[in-house]
Amino acid sequence: MTEDLSEDLSQKLRQLRDAGLAPPVLDSIKRRMRKLERPVNLMEVCGTHTVAISRAGLRQILPPGLRLLSGPGCPVCVTDQQDIDTVIELAKEPGMVLTTFGDMMRVPGSDSALQSEKAAGRDIRVVYSPLDALKVARDLPDRTVMFYAVGFETTVPMVAATLEMAEKQGLSNFWVFSVHKTIPAALEALIHMEGARIDGFILPGHVSTIIGANAYKPVLQGKVPAMVTGFEPLDILRAVDLLLAQLVEGRAEVEIEYTRAVTEEGNPTAQQLMAEFFEPSDPRWRGLGIIPGSGLMLRERHFRHDACRRYDLAAVRSRLPAPNKLMAACSCGEVLKGALLPGDCKLFGRACTPAQPVGPCMVSSEGACAAYYMYERHRQQGG
Amino acid sequence: MEPRILLAHGGGGGASHRLIQEVFYRYLGNDILLQGNDAAVFDVVPGKLAMTTDCFVVQPIFFRGGDIGKLAVCGTVNDLAVSGARPLYLSLGLIIEEGLPVELLEKVVASIAAACLEAGVKIVTGDTKVVEKGKADQLFINTTGLGIIPESVRVGGEMARPGDLVLINGNIGEHGLAVMSERAGINWETPILSDCAALHGLIAEAMEAGAVHCLRDPTRGGLATTLNEISRQSHVGIILEENAIPVSGAVRGASEMLGFDPLYLANEGKVVVIAPPASAKAILERMRRHPLGKDSAIIGEAVAEHPGLVALKTAFGGERLLDMLEGEMLPRIC
Repeated sequence: MTEDLSEDLSQKLRQLRDAGLAPPVLDSIKRRMRKLERPVNLMEVCGTHTVAISRAGLRQILPPGLRLLSGPGCPVCVTDQQDIDTVIELAKEPGMVLTTFGDMMRVPGSDSALQSEKAAGRDIRVVYSPLDALKVARDLPDRTVMFYAVGFETTVPMVAATLEMAEKQGLSNFWVFSVHKTIPAALEALIHMEGARIDGFILPGHVSTIIGANAYKPVLQGKVPAMVTGFEPLDILRAVDLLLAQLVEGRAEVEIEYTRAVTEEGNPTAQQLMAEFFEPSDPRWRGLGIIPGSGLMLRERHFRHDACRRYDLAAVRSRLPAPNKLMAACSCGEVLKGALLPGDCKLFGRACTPAQPVGPCMVSSEGACAAYYMYERHRQQGG
Repeated sequence: MEPRILLAHGGGGGASHRLIQEVFYRYLGNDILLQGNDAAVFDVVPGKLAMTTDCFVVQPIFFRGGDIGKLAVCGTVNDLAVSGARPLYLSLGLIIEEGLPVELLEKVVASIAAACLEAGVKIVTGDTKVVEKGKADQLFINTTGLGIIPESVRVGGEMARPGDLVLINGNIGEHGLAVMSERAGINWETPILSDCAALHGLIAEAMEAGAVHCLRDPTRGGLATTLNEISRQSHVGIILEENAIPVSGAVRGASEMLGFDPLYLANEGKVVVIAPPASAKAILERMRRHPLGKDSAIIGEAVAEHPGLVALKTAFGGERLLDMLEGEMLPRIC
């Protein structure tokens, strides 16, 4: 049974990678663009889509007037500077073992970065899963082990499962600093933002396996066409075509292109687990400001693991450094809104590169600036 | 002889002497090596001398398609050959971890001998040191190679010109994946073998067939890294055709499962040939007739645009940059 499924899936994947299937989809896209007779901006809100689009070079084969913008789809990129600085400051707390996904190590704070603090002797460890962080807590019972929880709905269930395990095992030294964010509320904020020019959303595949297509409906249905999309280049082309079809027909619906993985309802077990441990909060997003209900904080009954309650954050924040000048010139915020393309930022490729990033969009391999730098910067040189 | 290497085998006394006689001389003996003096002495052939050195620390030391000994010969022979040289002489330095079974060492030395025979080179001098257990990982090898470049030959990474075509002699990524799979204990349905081979013969034929501007073996960092180096050295852009790059189905599938990009995987039996369009076709045909070049292909061209950068025309008709790799994808593969 499993073998049949995997055979079936790999056959599907082979088809999706068959570049020979692209031309008819592209023809259809061109036909619909001619009918629309106006520029169209479609936004993807998932770093994996950003990279897939750049890697396959899709931007160059789409007709002129059809633009793909990279929205706030990379969790590293949307983390607010104050949160970044706060965690760097918390890493200096006595007895602290800070555990984090690798990407966050290099994200520049206002006057430091986790990797610099590590070099200076702070105990900061890269983990591949929150479960690894839990293991550190088990091994070091007299230390404070904090997990820096960055991510969208894709990673939240895993953190919730880890918290569940921490409670079962009675681990009192495991803490979570949650800067988790949720996608639907951010989309709502984006469409109401001044100067917004988004004609359709390419919705994230992984996030949607968890929350389901229904989760977007209250926000987008009847307002902006949206398509839950898979990660193969052909998936993305099909999604673009289907979004244009909605525009031509004057519809604005939430539809699923990624039917091999996503359902209307999503994954109820994961949703229950998330709801057991987390409740909505009102976090600040980089570039987008405070978006009500777009974050997840630990529920009060789980305060024993909530780093935000363990430390006096107001006091920590009063110690934070002032923003530095170079970072003030960083346009990550504008890029995340789709107001600027990465190459429009005056730091791009000069003061800001993946080796020496100024803003988080250049740090994360799935950040829009890093993807443009990695895959498309040759098109921005004179030739 | 003792079944395992002891510290005494590197001590310069009787045990060292026995090891040299019974292992190294036995397999590698030739007129120059057997002179037995402190330095090998040989006549100088007319032309320019090319000299290169390389250290080999691959783990595991035996892998599908090769071993550290074959690699140590082929790697250095290839570095000479891509410089336009005819490889002649090699030195052989070994650092052995105490306790290595002599049988394994013999297997490696026999493989070195076979590779030398195939490449037409001689080991003319050597050295062996033994270090305490734990201070090395089984066996490290250094080879230094000497070769002769005929007066008429001039190739180099700085010589690519806009309009030149880029050729490769077959499927990429096999060595990197073979070693990785061996280390991880993965057995693929279709075994992936290292492409480890001495390329001097193929290269000599390519150069005979027509004018060549650059030759380079895309080892660590793979094809993408090698072409980035050449584009920087020559101040040209390079555009590759994704569809034209030969990759076996096995490597493609395995890479996808493991999250690797074959363009960045190491090769040990591949050469990139960059040649002006007028000679490229003749070179391609000649390479395809060679056993190590059956799957040769023209995979791209040098352009005046975006000097120093390599772009890939994707199967979907778009284009993206192929950047240098930051850091290492796989450590200790050669």
